[in-house]
Amino acid sequence: MGNGILKEFFKRNGTSMGWFLIIAVGFWVVVLIILPQISMLDFSFRNQLPPPEMGGPKDVYTLRNYEYLIFGADGNPDGYNKTDLAVFGKTLLAAVFVTILDLVLCYPIAYYLGQSKGGGMARIFILFLIIPYWINEILRAFAFRIIFGDSGVINEFMMFMGLIDNPIDFVRQNIALYAGLGYAYILLMIFPMYNVIESLDRNQIEAARDMGASWVKIHRRIVIPYAKPGISSGCTMVFMLTAGALAAPQILGGPSSLWFTQIIYQWFNQGGNWPQGSAFAVVLLTTSIFIVLAVMRLFKVNMGDIGK
Amino acid sequence: MKTDSLLIRIGLGFYLILFFTYLLGPLVLMSITAFNSPSFPQATPWEVLTFEWFRVLFNDARIVNGIKNSLIVGFFTVILSVVMGLAGALVLTQIWPRLRATFYTIIIAPILIPGVVLGISTLVFWDRVSVMLGLPSGSFLQNGILLTVLGQSTFIASYCMLVFVARLQRYDVGLTEAALDLGATHVQAFRKIQLPFLAPAIGSAAVLAFLASFENYNTTTFTFGKYPTLTIELAQKVRYGINPSISSLAFIIVVLTLFFALVHEVRNRRAQLAIANGAPVGAVSTGFKLPRMFAGNPAAVILALFLAGTVAVIGYAQFYDPEPAKAIILQEKRAAQQKRIDALQQKLKEKRLQKNLKGPDIFNEGKSKVPKLKEKKDQQTPFGSGIFSPNNLNKVAPGAETPTPKPVSPFGNVFDPGNLNKVAPKE
Repeated sequence: MGNGILKEFFKRNGTSMGWFLIIAVGFWVVVLIILPQISMLDFSFRNQLPPPEMGGPKDVYTLRNYEYLIFGADGNPDGYNKTDLAVFGKTLLAAVFVTILDLVLCYPIAYYLGQSKGGGMARIFILFLIIPYWINEILRAFAFRIIFGDSGVINEFMMFMGLIDNPIDFVRQNIALYAGLGYAYILLMIFPMYNVIESLDRNQIEAARDMGASWVKIHRRIVIPYAKPGISSGCTMVFMLTAGALAAPQILGGPSSLWFTQIIYQWFNQGGNWPQGSAFAVVLLTTSIFIVLAVMRLFKVNMGDIGK
Repeated sequence: MKTDSLLIRIGLGFYLILFFTYLLGPLVLMSITAFNSPSFPQATPWEVLTFEWFRVLFNDARIVNGIKNSLIVGFFTVILSVVMGLAGALVLTQIWPRLRATFYTIIIAPILIPGVVLGISTLVFWDRVSVMLGLPSGSFLQNGILLTVLGQSTFIASYCMLVFVARLQRYDVGLTEAALDLGATHVQAFRKIQLPFLAPAIGSAAVLAFLASFENYNTTTFTFGKYPTLTIELAQKVRYGINPSISSLAFIIVVLTLFFALVHEVRNRRAQLAIANGAPVGAVSTGFKLPRMFAGNPAAVILALFLAGTVAVIGYAQFYDPEPAKAIILQEKRAAQQKRIDALQQKLKEKRLQKNLKGPDIFNEGKSKVPKLKEKKDQQTPFGSGIFSPNNLNKVAPGAETPTPKPVSPFGNVFDPGNLNKVAPKE
């Protein structure tokens, strides 16, 4: 059967075009996407060895790297690796929080833009939405550091108004971090919702209004069910990207708070223990995928809706 | 009912303003700090208008080198991801329906996989490959440029694929079939029929790919090797001490972005208007008629104002000299500093006097008060960030880029490199 498909494929595309497609897609899917992930998974089950010993008798599979995440180093008095587990849990919780924040912030905007028939003003708004997204992620985080610093605009303003006497340490309290993270991926929340709401027939809303439905009811019964693919698509992207964010936590994170990606980064760049870092990365990836799939099942959304 | 909808309208307007303040405010403030003279980027208090941070920026060899590396990486990433994205989209349109969902999930996955994970897997995989091939360490597989291009292309190709899929949905396969019936080869049919149809999509996919590559941090930070891109250099700078030259770079990027966005918008709008007036599409896409382009096109007006403003600012910067004004500010600062020192000394004296009056402290009251007062002295200056510390006065000089440990940095010692080791994994 496989032969038949191939023959059909070459008949449709011709020999040279067919080979071009197969090689390009094959390189992308196999060499860039699948093999690296498998290789990372494989690596995460190995011992940390110096290069000459690789492939030697000590190069066996082990669960040590995963055990480390749960139980800590050998002889850990706590029993569990409380530091890393706490960071892991906090990262996921914070990512959920940021996702909900973005959803609440963006829904009115997406609805307004989606229903405004694309006039000149709406086009300018969309332009304004896109511009921050084109600015480097590092620079966006940097902007928030300027704003939330001790002598930043917010502290200066509040002290000038006499609301506070001493500058509030926004960085230490992670307010700067949440504001920066919410900002970083806000566009990925708006656009999927906007695209869906734009295609909603206005007459449905008018009809509901004529029949006396309240403003809240229109949204709950018509707009939100219709926009569900867009909402879930936006939430998925924001959640995954926030949980995997590295730049904003590095720049805006308080001294006492770490993001899970920062621990992974340290295993690679300072700890020099790649298998351990790979194991943590695998845990991060599988957990976030699991959460997304669970939520999607809960709200009955398909994978095919993502990225539309 | 009427008042209700009016309320909603006002609420919506208010919300729009708030939302766009959140979105654009940080960029505006950051841009302002690029022109303020203090060596810590701050918009308030405004001191002296200066352009010297731009000079600092362009004399920074690491930044310039980073831009060069970013351009190289961007160039190859664009080529690789556009080609792979196009092939992916073409295959997606004709793949066996049962396989389609799986295939789509696989090629969309890189967008959802955290960039950190992509970087790590790329690094680990190619390291393995180079060991298996017996290449010496530091070979072309590990030197950074190639790894970064591969790592970035993995997910940027998915963006490109989405752009192509959207365009291909409107493609009439009959056109290709007609060409084939008339005796064209498959390659000819693709090049002469399908590729021209896809040209706009290729353009926007390339722009998107370049921007995504240029600003990528999460993946690149694991793969850059010996070739740090601009984003990597920026991250290092921002983490270990910041100065307004970064703001000036941000300002340049904001201005460039705004410029190209406006140009794009003007052209789009012009084409739209012309089509609405009944002109054929082909007639619209070329020729630049100056006066008429403003008609009914707010973006064009903004663009023109914007260009005039840029020219004016650059011209002004040529002969503007902030030194005299700076000297005045310096003097004011010194006077203010002296005043504060006097006031503090006065306060200290009074406290001491009070303490003496109270007699020996039984409840340890005095002990806890004195250090507190000292602490406040550091924190309570109205400008918070140790502007008045004597060290700062020297820093206003050009090239004040040194991330010397400040006595009271506005972030405490959050960004002290030593912090990183605190939680660093132990071997």
